[in-house]
Amino acid sequence: MEEVKLMKGNEVVAEAAVRCGCDGYFGYPITPQSEILETLMQMRPWETTGMVVLQAESEVAAINMVYGGAACGKKVMTSSSSPGISLMCEGLSYLAGAELPCVVVNVSRGGPGLGTIQPSQADYFQAVKGGGHGDYHLIVLAPNSVQEMYDFVFLGFELAFRYLNPVMILSDGVIGQMMEKVVLSAPVARWTDEQIAAQSSSWAVYGKPETRTRNIVTSLELEADRQEKVNLKLIEKYRRVAAEEVRYETSLCEDADYVLVAYGSSARICAKVVEMAREEGHKVGLLRPITLYPFPTKAIRELADRVKGFLSVEMNAGQMVEDVRLAAEHCAPVAHYGRMGGVVHSPSEVYEALKREFINQ
Amino acid sequence: MSKIKGKVLIDRERCKGCDLCVVACPVHILALADQVNARGYHFSMVQQPESCIGCASCALVCPDSCITVYRQKVEA
Amino acid sequence: MAAEVEMKPENLVYAKPRLITDKTMHYCPGCSHGVVHKLVAEVIDEMGLEHDAIGISPVGCAVLAYDYIDIDWVESAHGRATTLATAIKRLRPDKMVFTYQGDGDLAAIGTGETIHAGNRGENITIIFINNAIYGMTGGQMAPTTLVGMKTATTPYGRDTHLNGYPYKIGEVMSLLDGVCYVTRQSVHTPAAVRKAKKAIRKAFENSMAGRGLSLVEIVATCNSGWKLSPVEANRWMEEHMMEFYPLGDLKDTEKK
Repeated sequence: MEEVKLMKGNEVVAEAAVRCGCDGYFGYPITPQSEILETLMQMRPWETTGMVVLQAESEVAAINMVYGGAACGKKVMTSSSSPGISLMCEGLSYLAGAELPCVVVNVSRGGPGLGTIQPSQADYFQAVKGGGHGDYHLIVLAPNSVQEMYDFVFLGFELAFRYLNPVMILSDGVIGQMMEKVVLSAPVARWTDEQIAAQSSSWAVYGKPETRTRNIVTSLELEADRQEKVNLKLIEKYRRVAAEEVRYETSLCEDADYVLVAYGSSARICAKVVEMAREEGHKVGLLRPITLYPFPTKAIRELADRVKGFLSVEMNAGQMVEDVRLAAEHCAPVAHYGRMGGVVHSPSEVYEALKREFINQ
Repeated sequence: MSKIKGKVLIDRERCKGCDLCVVACPVHILALADQVNARGYHFSMVQQPESCIGCASCALVCPDSCITVYRQKVEA
Repeated sequence: MAAEVEMKPENLVYAKPRLITDKTMHYCPGCSHGVVHKLVAEVIDEMGLEHDAIGISPVGCAVLAYDYIDIDWVESAHGRATTLATAIKRLRPDKMVFTYQGDGDLAAIGTGETIHAGNRGENITIIFINNAIYGMTGGQMAPTTLVGMKTATTPYGRDTHLNGYPYKIGEVMSLLDGVCYVTRQSVHTPAAVRKAKKAIRKAFENSMAGRGLSLVEIVATCNSGWKLSPVEANRWMEEHMMEFYPLGDLKDTEKK
C-alpha cells in the first residue's frame, strides 16, 4: 500500500530496501549514514519479507558480502560514507569485473582522509571515474531529495539487473540527514529462488542444478587476449548504458545566457540562484545531471552552442567541471564554484560567483 | 586356492611424474618410466603387475587423479 | 573364478572422482592441492550435494579451483572468501557453502574476515591449506612460515625479531564460540588421506546441520616453494611442520 510520510533521507533508504524486495543489506556504521543500518535493524525485515540484514566487521567485509550475495542472483546492497567507500573500491572493481548487480549508497562527507562528517560532493571522481582499479564504470545516480533517495533504490536495482553492473547512489550528508515528505510505494515481493533460477540461470551461483552446467563467477582471466575481450565486452555495455540511460533535468535553459550545472543538494541551492538571477533580469538556467555516469554530455554540448557560459557548482574543489568542460568542447566557457570540507555554499555565494565569472565580465 | 589381486591403470598423459604413488605403494610395483609423456614428465608405470594387491594407496595420494584401481578375487 | 583381474564396475576400487573435471590441474607435480580437491569432490558426491554445493575459491594457487571441481563457484578477492560465504549461506541457507583458502589468503590478508566469520558462527566450512609459504607469487614468507625457514622474503630464514612468529590460526579459531569444529589433517600418506576425507565430511555435515563454522586445516607441502622434490617435501613436512602444527582435532563441540 502506498503511504506518505515525513522521513529522513537515510531512513527512506532502509524503507526502500524493504519495499523493493531487497534480499540482503550488509553494512558498517559510519557517519553520516548509520541510520540506514539502524533503521533496518529496527524494522527487522527478516521477520516480514525474509530480507537478511547484517552488520559486517568492516566496509571491506560488507562489500564482499554484497559480492557473494550478488553472485547468487539476489538483490543486495550496502551503504557507507566516503572513507568507507574508499575501502569498498576494491570490491566494486571485482563486482564490475564479474558483472554483478548491486546497489551501493554513498552518503558522502568531506575529505580527504578522515576529513569531516559534514556534507560534501568530493567523491565525484571516485564514483564516476573508478575509485577501484581497472577499466570499469559504475552507473551513478545523484538524488536531490528524500523522494529521490527512495526512488533511486528501486531504479538502482532495475538498472543493476538490466546491465549486470553495480549502481552507486551518490548522495551527501544534506540529503541523508534532512527530513522531507516522501511517497512510499506499495511493497514489491522478494524474488523466489525459482524466479532467480529462471531469470539468472546463465550466470548466478546457487548450486548447479541438473538443468544447466556449473556457473563460475570470477573476474580472473590469465590470458591477455581473452582479458581484452572481457574489457571490450564491458566497454560495449558502457556504450549501451551511455546511449540509453542518461537522465537529467533542465530548468529555464531555453532562453538562458548562463547555465548552472549542479547535482544533488548543490542543485537545490542552484535552483534558488536561478530565481535570484531571474528576478534581477539575468537569463540563468539550471541543468541537473541525475545520472553522473552516464553523463549528460550531449545536452551540455547542445547548450554550449547558444549559452555564454557554464558554471559547475559542486561542493568540492572542481571535479564534475572537467566533464562539463569536455562536453562543452570549447564552444562555451566553463567555470567552477564550490565550497569544501563540509561547508555548504549559500545561494548568494553562488550568485556572486556567477556574476564574477560571467555576468560582470 | 584364491587370492585378492589388483590391477592399476595409469593415465600416463595426465601424470606429472611426482613419484608420490611410487613411494606410497606397499608392494613396490610402481616406478617412473625412463621415457617422458607429451608434456615432458617421466610418468609413473606398473613394473610388476602380478604383485598388485589393489589397495589403491597409489591412487589415494595421486594429486592428479591419474590412477584407476580394480580388485578381484582370482585363482591363485 | 577368473584368472586375471577383470576391469568391471563391480571390481572398481578407485577412479578419478566423478566431480573432478578432465582439465589438467595447473598445480606443480606432487602438490597437495590436487589430493584435497579430490577429497572435496568425493565428499560432495557421496553426500549427494552436487546440486547444492557452492565453493568460494581464494587468491593464491587455488584461485582456479573452480576449473577442477564440477560445482558452482565464486572466485573471491584476496582474503575475503569467508565474507562471500557468509552472505551466500545466509541468503541460501539450504546450500552447502565452503571456502578453499591458503595460508596467505586466510591467515594474513584475510585474518579479520576469517575470525569474524567464526565468531558469528556462520554455518560454513573453511578448507585451509597450510603449506607455510606463498606458492602463487613465488615462495614468499607466509604468516605460517616456520622460524628459520628460508623463503624468497626470508632468504636468511625467518627471524622472529624481524618477522614475528608463525601463526597458529587453527588454535585461535578454536577459541571462538561460533566455531564448532577445528581439525588439523594432512594428505601425505594413504592413511592420512582417509582421515582427512572423514574430517571434510564431518565439516560439511556440520555446515548443513547449522552447527556453526568448521575449519579443516590441511598441513600441506609446497615442494616448488620449498625447493624440494615432492617425496622430500613430504619427509620435510613430517619432520618439521608437524612438530609445530601437530595433527588431530583442536575442537569438536559434537564430541561428548
